[in-house]
Amino acid sequence: MRRSQLVKTFWAQVSGKSEDIGSEALARMLIVYPQTKTYFAHWKDTSPNSANAKKHGITVMGGVADAVTKIDDLKAGLLSLSELHAFTLRVDPANFKILSHCILVVMANMFPEDFTPQVHVAMDKFLSALALALAEKYR
Amino acid sequence: MVEWTDFERATIADIFSKMEYEVIGPAALSRCLVVYPWTQRYFGNFGNLYNAAAIIGNPLVAKHGTTILHGLDRAVKNMDNIKSEYAELSVLHSEKLHVDPDNFRLLSDCLTIVISAKLGKEFNGEVQAAFQKFLAVVVTSLGRQYH
Repeated sequence: MRRSQLVKTFWAQVSGKSEDIGSEALARMLIVYPQTKTYFAHWKDTSPNSANAKKHGITVMGGVADAVTKIDDLKAGLLSLSELHAFTLRVDPANFKILSHCILVVMANMFPEDFTPQVHVAMDKFLSALALALAEKYR
Repeated sequence: MVEWTDFERATIADIFSKMEYEVIGPAALSRCLVVYPWTQRYFGNFGNLYNAAAIIGNPLVAKHGTTILHGLDRAVKNMDNIKSEYAELSVLHSEKLHVDPDNFRLLSDCLTIVISAKLGKEFNGEVQAAFQKFLAVVVTSLGRQYH
């Protein structure tokens, strides 16, 4: 099965839980990589279980879901999101890798039977390409 | 000197006390060879690594995965001195095996994901943080003697 097909198939299986995946991944990121909290200083509560963190995890995962539909041309599809991250948010791209890792850990955690090595490599490659497209407008 | 909290010590001891080495070791190594195929460069004499199924079913990969996982035991037994525990192994990986130390990080990411799948709910954010901290110290120690 082609990589992009693997991503779409696995995503179809898990998309029902995408809000949980997003919140859980974001929460883990804040716990395991506390330096990421620096981007959320404007939240009164940067604890992993705060309403803000939960909501933000859902928002980010919504972006990932959208990217799955644009998997054949991420650069074009994520243009405006890239501009947002480049000019407004200015998130150091190293953090995309960190969050991607947390997303993979959560996927393995919630779907141990389905997250095979083959699905893992396809998702890892997809998230890397997503991160690259997101950083496209940085410089 | 690395400072470990009581929670971190207990978490690492707990995970390894229940560890199924012959399942987790092969799963972690084979996953690494599939997800990061360039790591196959070190296993030229392991026979058939042509596709994911071959890698996952390869008995040499399985055996080596178990060996590597047991290699973590000495760190579990002596968490306050991981750097000196791995000095010799670090020299071995550098001088004899010529392994790029970035590979230790790749393998530990795969091990984290395999453990996450195995432990499920028990593998929460705090446990993940402790486990990754432990692996990070091992990874650093293994790369320490490279020059």
